[in-house]
Amino acid sequence: MELAISVIIIFMILGAIYAIHASDILSAVIAGGIVGYSLVICFLLLKAPDLAIVQIVVETITLIIMVAVVLDSSRTEAYGKFDSQAWVTAATAVVILAILFWFLKEASAPLAPFGENTMRMADAYVNGAVDKTGSVNLVTGVLFDFRGYDTLGEATVLVTAVLGVLTILRIRGRK
Amino acid sequence: MTVIVKKTTQLIAGIVFLYGIYIILHGHLSPGGGFAGGVIVAGSFILLILAYGSDFLNLVKEERGSTTYENLAILVFLFLALTGMVAGAGIFFANWLPHGTPGELVSAGFLPLYNIFVGIEVAASILTIFLALIIFKEEVLK
Repeated sequence: MELAISVIIIFMILGAIYAIHASDILSAVIAGGIVGYSLVICFLLLKAPDLAIVQIVVETITLIIMVAVVLDSSRTEAYGKFDSQAWVTAATAVVILAILFWFLKEASAPLAPFGENTMRMADAYVNGAVDKTGSVNLVTGVLFDFRGYDTLGEATVLVTAVLGVLTILRIRGRK
Repeated sequence: MTVIVKKTTQLIAGIVFLYGIYIILHGHLSPGGGFAGGVIVAGSFILLILAYGSDFLNLVKEERGSTTYENLAILVFLFLALTGMVAGAGIFFANWLPHGTPGELVSAGFLPLYNIFVGIEVAASILTIFLALIIFKEEVLK
């Protein structure tokens, strides 16, 4: 399973790199879709069907909206030359990435392996959720009962986003 | 759009809508819930608008309706959470309704109600954003 996830993540990285360097916006948007749909397969392999459903539907609708917005534009990116300044920038990025990876390796060495030695609270959630909330689906039990504040915050974020979109995209009110 | 797209959309949109409702109502039994089901319900409306198109006045009316539903749903969600403070153990988000037998459709106290109202809120939000973008485009073209 780890091999499959590694292959999918390599695809995601390739799609993201192509999305940056695509010549027009439409192919960049579609290449960005590769990242989203690969993430769906990753979620399914990691046994998270709740997240996979949300991700596949949101990715599809986002792609539709982005394509509908972009379809009219015909802008093409102008490329600059790859001069000495660009070489210095690329070398700096590689060095910083290597240093960050080394620090990550050092910092994650003393941690327990993934999935072992879970917290006491996680055990209480997994074993007692059905008795305490009455919900068979553990994710909903955690989402709406134990972590109700989080869900309220998420819903409020969505309302705020809609308010922002309606405020920005209003032409008549500005005059 | 061509007649093939229109006919296919006509056949599919209702099934997509019902599937979204199913995902919302069974959120406490199977994978899914308010967020996933709400986006699927919004997707069926977006499918219809994309295939058939709609005139400008209808779009404005529809946007006003979806904005109202979105704000009302989040208000009801907050109100349901507040009832735990008044009636139950005095805690915000207290699940004081009887839990019933786990696995039944009507069980788990407040969780199905939370799922339903979060579903309405998410569906109306996504639809409002989509309609706002379309209305903006029509206003710019005019």
